[in-house]
Amino acid sequence: MLEIITSPISFFILLSLFFVGAVGSLLIRKDDDSANIWSNFFAIAGSLWGLLFSVTTIISERTVAFVVGGSPFPLLSLSFNIDLLSAFFIFIISLIALFCSIYAIGYVRHYYKKYHIGALGFFYNFFILGILLLLTASNGIFFLIGWEIMSVASFFAVIYDRKNQENVQAGFLYLVMTYIGTAFIVAAFLLLYKFTGSFDFETIKSDIALIPVGVKNIIFLSALIGFGVKAGIIPLHIWLPAAHPAAPSHISALMSGVMIKTGIFMMIRLFLDVLQPIPTWWGITVLIIGIVSSLLGVLYALTEHDIKRLLAYHSIENIGIILLGLGSALIFSSLSMPELALLSLVAALFHTLNHAIFKSLLFLGAGSVINQMHTRNMEEYGGLIKYMPQTAFFFLIGSMAISALPPFNGFFSEWLTFQSLFQGIAILDSSMRWLFILAVGALAFTGGLALACFVKAFGSIFLARPRSTEVTHAKESPSSMLFGMGALATLSFLFGIFSSQVTFLLEKIGQSFTIFQNMPATLLAENNQGLMVKNGFASVSGLAFTIFFAGVIMVVIFIIRSVVNKRQKIKIGATWDCGVDLTPRMEITSTGFASSIVLIFKGILKPSIQHEIEYHDSESRYLPKERTVVLGVSDVYQTYFYQPLHTLVNLLSLHTKKIQSGNINAYISYIFITLLIVLFITL
Amino acid sequence: MTIFIWTIQCIFIPVVSPLCVGIIKKIKARLQNREGASIFQPYKDLWKLLHKDEVISRDASWIFHSAPFIVFAVTIVVGASIPLFGSFFNNTLTGDMLIIVYALSIGTFFLALAGMDTGSAFGGFGSSREMNLVALAEGGLIFSLLTAALISGTTNLSAISGSLFGQSQHFLSALLAFSGFFIVLLAETARFPYDNPDTHLELTMIHEAMILEYSGKKLALLEWASANKLLIFFALGANLFFPFGLAQNAYAGAIIIGIAIFMVKIFIFCLVIALIESGMAKLRFFRLPDLLFISFVLNVVALGLIR
Repeated sequence: MLEIITSPISFFILLSLFFVGAVGSLLIRKDDDSANIWSNFFAIAGSLWGLLFSVTTIISERTVAFVVGGSPFPLLSLSFNIDLLSAFFIFIISLIALFCSIYAIGYVRHYYKKYHIGALGFFYNFFILGILLLLTASNGIFFLIGWEIMSVASFFAVIYDRKNQENVQAGFLYLVMTYIGTAFIVAAFLLLYKFTGSFDFETIKSDIALIPVGVKNIIFLSALIGFGVKAGIIPLHIWLPAAHPAAPSHISALMSGVMIKTGIFMMIRLFLDVLQPIPTWWGITVLIIGIVSSLLGVLYALTEHDIKRLLAYHSIENIGIILLGLGSALIFSSLSMPELALLSLVAALFHTLNHAIFKSLLFLGAGSVINQMHTRNMEEYGGLIKYMPQTAFFFLIGSMAISALPPFNGFFSEWLTFQSLFQGIAILDSSMRWLFILAVGALAFTGGLALACFVKAFGSIFLARPRSTEVTHAKESPSSMLFGMGALATLSFLFGIFSSQVTFLLEKIGQSFTIFQNMPATLLAENNQGLMVKNGFASVSGLAFTIFFAGVIMVVIFIIRSVVNKRQKIKIGATWDCGVDLTPRMEITSTGFASSIVLIFKGILKPSIQHEIEYHDSESRYLPKERTVVLGVSDVYQTYFYQPLHTLVNLLSLHTKKIQSGNINAYISYIFITLLIVLFITL
Repeated sequence: MTIFIWTIQCIFIPVVSPLCVGIIKKIKARLQNREGASIFQPYKDLWKLLHKDEVISRDASWIFHSAPFIVFAVTIVVGASIPLFGSFFNNTLTGDMLIIVYALSIGTFFLALAGMDTGSAFGGFGSSREMNLVALAEGGLIFSLLTAALISGTTNLSAISGSLFGQSQHFLSALLAFSGFFIVLLAETARFPYDNPDTHLELTMIHEAMILEYSGKKLALLEWASANKLLIFFALGANLFFPFGLAQNAYAGAIIIGIAIFMVKIFIFCLVIALIESGMAKLRFFRLPDLLFISFVLNVVALGLIR
């Protein structure tokens, strides 16, 4: 039975389900309803198959490697290698895609008659198909094919709502950044090919000693930039807050939850497996990027009042947290401390999984709200908890999970990340120790700021009185959307409670790496009650905490309600209004909520205020007719990194233009000179 | 015996915490040349509030209704998980420093949401300020506990309080970490110079602004919870950084001595807080981050000094 599920045939069934879903929905694109059902039905079926396939692979530890037929091109071979790491990421994509597809059945309806639903289904299924291909490809060129399918499909999803000019611009930015990233990836693969003579990851791994140190470092940097663009590390993140809000919400959820993790996947694969052994500074670089991304990501999130951009910045923050785990894993592995490296890797993998769950939950929640409100501006929400109670509850759980509040899953992966960093402080020396202290500081501040940010988000979306009339027309989402969110919220709770069982499996995945083989003992103790690190350095139990907490709440409610006070009355009154009528304009806004934090960090965020006053009489300037105040945050990367880069490229192109005289004789002489040079070099 | 101690742990914080508030108020009154209310006045206040009717805003949602119970329950759970009078209580399930810090954040999270829930301007700004301070205080708090954790080689709070004995070579680190911790203590428990616990009407109020809409038993629970939180921070400060007198085993004599010494330590903390509140003015809101940053730096130096 197990052989059948983990066989290559089974994997092809998985791929073909998504393929049929994609092509079929394009064929029946005329009929919105059946295209919607068709595409999502096959996506659900494929995701379920993917879950079965990946879980079986992980539990039975059966890795599958196979090559499909002969390839017409000598360098491209359609070779797959499904090891435990691939299976783990297949698990994540299947899990998230399952609930996003269920959600999509209800969500996509509001696009009926406006756009082709069939096209959306086509790109949606191909997007997942692309991710599955790149996760399992073991040949560089084949990998790039999967990578491109994913990128192009998601590009079309970003510009799907094309009547909004902003979305098209966001899509273009995304495309440009993606291809810059791909260029670096191609450069890394070509360098690997030059020295090992193969695009095949296994061959590269066995011939890794042939690569000179300097070239290896260049490969590292290219791969870091290339995959970093996709992961959204700062300062390569600028496409992320633009593109994620533009896509339909169930695709935003997949992009934020899964697609950006493919960058992390390849970093783990290359740096911890293929390119081993590695110098220490690689890990240091990754750790520093993690520190910067996590802190700046959450700070920029605080300044946002666009709900989806806020969530997109939180993705950058969480990628930073994952990189804190991965960076320390790289440092520990280069200092030959495999036990600690494994602990950090487990923390990074666990946070990857957890972030996928709660971030897609939050994006789906945001999608439901936007669907009712027709705007992404949080300042126009308010009081939605009374109109969309279930959505509010699921969003609350997502907020608690992402703010790392126990007993939800975000806490336990951050706990593991903290513990692996603590181990670094306890064991390492001098400068490296300070780096880890800095990392703990970043993680601690990130936790606090994320908490503030989600109080702001939840408070201004769901609490207080409605700030626009649109809110009072809001209705609870259809059941398929609620089911998708509810299931993710439940998972977020369950993965917290059963964190020790999950980390046990993650540890098994980590141990399948070559560098972690032949390791005497691992640091994570096997403990059914909860997580435990190294002979009682630290331990925590989600289950015990939950039971204790729930028990205390019940006892308190029981005592207060029935023992202490039986006859008390509750009167419903108005909020204290200081004697004037309260209007929604007197409530705190999301901008107002974060303004003091923005002011405290004004050195980094550089807030800007623009006043514009229009006068009745522009001569005398006494009676203002209209005042406009625009609050904003100046984008530091735009001004100090991308703008100069842009000017430089422009300048270079202007100079290059000079050789384009338009005179055909000149062009022929260029060809002649080139020919001479080439001849000279070859002879 | 274990069940007996467990029960003491659970009820100790809520039973003793109003007394702390009473003592602080009494000392402050004496310093202002007033007679002051009895130190048991907070118990009477709570009892009175618990029997009053409630007025609740019609804009309030279930968040507003459930927040007091959650906030109060959090302080009980945390209070039962930290070392109070003995270090023998080896709580490996919920006694980790990080789960304590983040569990306290659950209370802050719901309190801040409740402040925003009724749509009053006071509540919203109170929440904003509270989250601002908490966000910045979290770094200092985790770092001060981490210093103690690294000195004793474990992040379990009971184990830390049991092993800081005889670590005289780390005296300076522990002292610096305690200074950092104390700054965070003042911020987290809404005392001077961060917040004024006595008034509802000052423009810079934080904690009192969030609970402005509450009345009756829910107000009682929130007041009680904030007293609990004060005592929890006293207990962390007293038992992690000055762990003498803690009961080392579960004998009745040791426990009684442990409780007596703990009460003395609490009294000293109350005295210090009362002196600070009598002798110092509240700081301007935008000066507070500087103070929290000092706490963070002190703790980083303390960490650097270990070994």
